[in-house]
Amino acid sequence: MSHHDHIASHDAHAHGEGMDKKRIWSVFFVLLALTALEFLIALGFVHHWGILQKGTLVNVIYIILTLVKAFYIVAFFMHLKFEKSGFIITCSIVFLFIIYFIILMLIEGGHLNDSFTHQPIFPH
Amino acid sequence: MSTTVSQLDKVKEGPWSGGKSPWNLEYGKIMMWFFLVSDAFTFSAFLIYYGAQKFAQPTWIDADKIFQSIPGIAESGQPLVFVGIMTFILIMSSVTMVLAVEAGHRNSKQEVVKWMLWTILGGLMFVGCQAIEWSHLHHQGFWFGRNPATGLTDDNAIVQALSPYFTKEVSYTAALQFSNLFFTITGFHGFHVSIGILLNIIVLSMTLNNTFERRGTYLMVEKVGLYWHFVDLVWVFVFTFFYLI
Repeated sequence: MSHHDHIASHDAHAHGEGMDKKRIWSVFFVLLALTALEFLIALGFVHHWGILQKGTLVNVIYIILTLVKAFYIVAFFMHLKFEKSGFIITCSIVFLFIIYFIILMLIEGGHLNDSFTHQPIFPH
Repeated sequence: MSTTVSQLDKVKEGPWSGGKSPWNLEYGKIMMWFFLVSDAFTFSAFLIYYGAQKFAQPTWIDADKIFQSIPGIAESGQPLVFVGIMTFILIMSSVTMVLAVEAGHRNSKQEVVKWMLWTILGGLMFVGCQAIEWSHLHHQGFWFGRNPATGLTDDNAIVQALSPYFTKEVSYTAALQFSNLFFTITGFHGFHVSIGILLNIIVLSMTLNNTFERRGTYLMVEKVGLYWHFVDLVWVFVFTFFYLI
């Protein structure tokens, strides 16, 4: 038990170095700025001024911005960046399966889209 | 009795041979991470299925047309504004959660209580907004297994019921898929937020009861914090795939 307490207190100490108040607020402003940028693209460039069209390009921009936001939340708010590299790898490598799944489902969806477009099987 | 230590009881050396924590993390925190990784798989599966459906259908509901009201202010013509407020509330409550964790590192009970209260308030506001959004869509005729054209038999009536939500051609199937997936995914997320609020309230009352003060560590705040940030993380993806794309 005393050993366990030692780990816990050491853990708490190590974490104190990672995020102080100043850093927390700077991460918050990064997240806010990225969200504001998404709104600027969606409401401004696409909806209001019509500079960009809805489509692959805009979607890719949205997904990249989303992944950057996800990185900031996981790395700083969830503190993963300051953990041991072995733990970072353990928690992130499994998402290779998700990437594989996305590719599979896009291929599948593309194929279905082809068949729906050429010979509609649904009445409406 | 004896002062000699048997071979088995000796504290082992080396990072991976026991006697030392190679990740330097407390057990409960590692388990919380592993739970969140598995939960991320569940949400990924939901969202990937949504994406695959949308990709497969020749036409899909236009997010700008279905989400364009601000409850109590504008009935239509304001896409993204209400969900923007919801996103801001959730990011803000994530920040107050990190501030609670940071206060826990300094063993400052008062600050932990203050930031936990703000976090709980943010969570309740988010769930409230979600409820308003749901009831709005429900009034328009969307629900599990239902869309505004359900029950209509005349082709023209179906097109008329659905055309306000589509930019391209109208599809009953696409509207139904959208309806089911929207309520399933945001419902599952809202369920997570509700559980998170409950956990936050439990941790808040433990803080008020000096439980962590006696333990000497506020690790439990960190574990609940991990869960709360995960809920925020999922919302970032839900927001992109439902409201932006």
